[in-house]
Amino acid sequence: MTRRGAPFVTENNQSHVFSRRAFVLGAGQWGVAALLAGRMGYIAVAENERYASLADENRVQMRLIPPRRGIIYDRHGIPMAYNRSNFRVDLIPDQLEEPERVIPELARLLDLPPEEVERIRRELAAAAGFQPVAVAENLSMEKYAAVTLRLPELHGVSPLSAFARFYPEGPAVGHLIGYVGTPNREDYEAENRNRLLVTPGFKVGKEGLEKVTERHLRGRPGAARIEVTARGRLVRELRTLEDAEGAPLRTTIDAGLQSFAARRLGDESGSCVVMDCRTGDLLCLASMPSYDPNAFADGISRSEWQMFAEDERQPLRNKVLNSLYPPGSTIKPMVAMALLEAAIDPDERVNCPGGYQLGNRFFRCLGRHGSMNMHTAIARSCNTYFYSMGRRIGYDRIAPVARELGLGQRFDLPVVSQSFGTVPDSAWKRRRHAQNPRLIERPDWTQSDTLNASIGQGFLILNPLQLGVMAMCIAAGRKVRPRLIQGEGPRPEPLAYAPDHFEKVRRGMWEVVNGHGTAGASRLPFPDIQMCGKTGTAQVRRITGGQRGQSGAWRYRDHGLFVFFAPFERPLYAGAVVIEHGLGGARAAAPVAKDVLTYLFDKDLAMQSLTALEAQWGGTMIERMERRTAAWNASRPAGGSG
Amino acid sequence: MALAFVPAPVASLPWRMLWIVIALAGIGILALYSVADGQFSRWALAHSMRFTAFLGLALVLSYFRPQIFHEYAFIAFAGGILLLIMTLGLGVVRGGARSWLDLGFIRLQPSELMKPVLVLCLARFYAHVPPREIRRFSAIWPVGALLALPILLILLQPDLGTTMLIVLNTVTLMFLAGLPLRLFVGGAAAVAAALPAVYWFLLLPHQRERVLIFLNPEQDPLGAGYHLTQSKIAIGSGGLFGKGMLNGTQASGDFLPEPQTDFIFSAIAEEWGLTGGLVIIGLLFALLHWGMRVAQDARDRFDRLAAAGMTLTIFFYVAINLMMVMGLAPVVGIPLPLISYGGSAMLTCMICLGVLMAIDRSTRAARRR
Repeated sequence: MTRRGAPFVTENNQSHVFSRRAFVLGAGQWGVAALLAGRMGYIAVAENERYASLADENRVQMRLIPPRRGIIYDRHGIPMAYNRSNFRVDLIPDQLEEPERVIPELARLLDLPPEEVERIRRELAAAAGFQPVAVAENLSMEKYAAVTLRLPELHGVSPLSAFARFYPEGPAVGHLIGYVGTPNREDYEAENRNRLLVTPGFKVGKEGLEKVTERHLRGRPGAARIEVTARGRLVRELRTLEDAEGAPLRTTIDAGLQSFAARRLGDESGSCVVMDCRTGDLLCLASMPSYDPNAFADGISRSEWQMFAEDERQPLRNKVLNSLYPPGSTIKPMVAMALLEAAIDPDERVNCPGGYQLGNRFFRCLGRHGSMNMHTAIARSCNTYFYSMGRRIGYDRIAPVARELGLGQRFDLPVVSQSFGTVPDSAWKRRRHAQNPRLIERPDWTQSDTLNASIGQGFLILNPLQLGVMAMCIAAGRKVRPRLIQGEGPRPEPLAYAPDHFEKVRRGMWEVVNGHGTAGASRLPFPDIQMCGKTGTAQVRRITGGQRGQSGAWRYRDHGLFVFFAPFERPLYAGAVVIEHGLGGARAAAPVAKDVLTYLFDKDLAMQSLTALEAQWGGTMIERMERRTAAWNASRPAGGSG
Repeated sequence: MALAFVPAPVASLPWRMLWIVIALAGIGILALYSVADGQFSRWALAHSMRFTAFLGLALVLSYFRPQIFHEYAFIAFAGGILLLIMTLGLGVVRGGARSWLDLGFIRLQPSELMKPVLVLCLARFYAHVPPREIRRFSAIWPVGALLALPILLILLQPDLGTTMLIVLNTVTLMFLAGLPLRLFVGGAAAVAAALPAVYWFLLLPHQRERVLIFLNPEQDPLGAGYHLTQSKIAIGSGGLFGKGMLNGTQASGDFLPEPQTDFIFSAIAEEWGLTGGLVIIGLLFALLHWGMRVAQDARDRFDRLAAAGMTLTIFFYVAINLMMVMGLAPVVGIPLPLISYGGSAMLTCMICLGVLMAIDRSTRAARRR
């Protein structure tokens, strides 16, 4: 049924309809063409500048060139940490598309051990996008070239020719200088996501001087404008801005002495600090056993770390600064200074019957010394004299002198941390009791507290550096404080004690080594140079029954301590040696001090005796460290890798 | 200008149109060579070989009488349906759609082949609708019935882009066939009204995202808006004369995705600038203009509808691809005919051109008689 009004369609007018409509469509097509041409013209001409810069933003990237770190010198200009050129290979997690193919391929090219492959996979799993994962460092030119050649098929692999930190003294400077390592996530966040920190090959100081003086050593990164593809592959370098090497750091350390002291400590767990009496310059700051910072810079394996962490000799701890010991008799010269200051007559005699009776308690001395004055009491280390005199003046008059001579003090040094211990007095005890009544049983200072503290036991605990500073202050008669960075400073102020008091105490310390004293075996091998010192033996645990800490398990043996200065007439050097569980100061610590001072006056002589000792111990420090590592690895249960 | 030494069959070819086709394919070969960083074998070699082969096929088709297309339209339709069913069963999945049949020497996309086949079927149908009937419902529903099966099969792949092209092509052909204008005006209005509903209920999440990104590509320049942003950067940074052959950084740096297929125009525009782009647009629309002329000149109703339908098939490729790369249409996977790398689109395009040449030849022959 045809609708009313609908036109009657014939073949002829159908043909007209087609022509008309086809014409409209043809015109419409040209309209679309015009629209496209117009749109393209708009994008390509009107917005050309904007899009051209966007295209450049796409293809041109700034790649940072890690700056070379400043060199750390010793006092004579010998480098203790510098940069060696180094070929390395990293993985960029964001760009790594086929880890299952690429990692085995790299392991084959670079001869990576399975443990390393495991580490790479583990770090890759924990990595944050653009943060590179180190595959291998210190590569030979051949291996580096092998990776570079295959780069087109190894997406996400980034070979770099960079610089690596090198420490010629190795383990001897481990704690002192520390080491560098790839920044971790915390470092990155802490520096406001500084791009430099995620640049392959860039390292930050992780420990010691490297960490504390990071800003000084870092330098300014260079930059390369490079053309890259969307996958980050380098097309070409456009322009390069050189990096600026970090500022050099001139320390007060004597690299030779540092190395000598570290070697001389041998397999003992101990520390040795030597300072220049006139300026406070730290000449050596050795703590053993140690680790090799060169190995740490590459990142160490978990099993190595475990070996260090489980060692009871604590290779990861800087014992000069972070180990606290009861100082034992080494503080007697300081107590003597306090006695003189309190107007005790140094010639007054105290009879030593082998100890001191206080109420119903008998405080022991190491021997029955008979009649003692101050001079002989220092020389023979008579406890009874110091019990008696200390009790007479009270500890509150000793503590200020202790602090003035550096004990219990935190020094202004570029170090990661210092444990500064305790110089107790009555106010301190009251405070501590209020804080922790269970640890400190009563709030008032007792006579027996004084007695114990007067011979360097009880509440008094100190670090070896403080002991060295004490010896230095007594030797110089000035308030000298240690320093690690070279610089001009005002001459240290004289201490407010009478010069003849110092003289008295120094004579006592002379007697210890060169006369009728406890360290007679450790005289310097020079007729004209004499060492003065004071031995100390610190109990590790309370003496019970006949056990005196002189035998039994290593970790319960007494610590051996020694403070010293030399020469006697015009002191140049002062310091302290602590040998953990070394049984006694005279036996373990004083011989080390003797050899270290010998080195300062006659290197060849000192090296001769050290070579002989090392032959006895079974090889150099590095050889013995390697043997220990091998033994430790062998002792572990089979299959327990990584 | 017939030269004496050129044999008559060669001289009788529609050379004006052939030169355009050869120029476009030549541009495509150069662009594919450049996009592959100067490697001829990567894409350009296969493209030139396909072009030669399919141009040969088109020339063979051009010698057929149009009545043959008329006769075999429905048989071809049955064949196409068979291929589509085979694709659903045996097809290869690429980009999330099961649209390809792997024949060994070529990966065929049967939905592409279906486009010219449907044009022939529609032309045949409308050639047989008596003029009196053209304004009736009986001129509409058979088309729906004809389209239902192929569209269902293509939607199952799923390939929304091709479906849309087929529908657009069919509607335009119905317009040319003389269906009442009010249907189209009303239909357009209805579609506009239905768009929000389609957006919310019919589109899949990724398609919805594409639409959103088309409306505002800068909101997510590194995510889903990446294609569009990088394409505009390529075109825009080319400027008037481009960065020069092999100097495009967008394509060679892999910033521009798919520079050899859907986004080849952007890659060309980057290297040859606005000038090169306008030449391509000019050539493509000149080719379309020739096609519309063939349709206008044809005398037979089947010939006219078939010629217009073939031209429109190419037109929708061109228009949608170019609008997409310039940010005027959402990103749908549609190549630029003759220039983009890819066999099926080239085959479809050459079938269209072959049929157009056949119709042109028959029209000219009739005139001479």
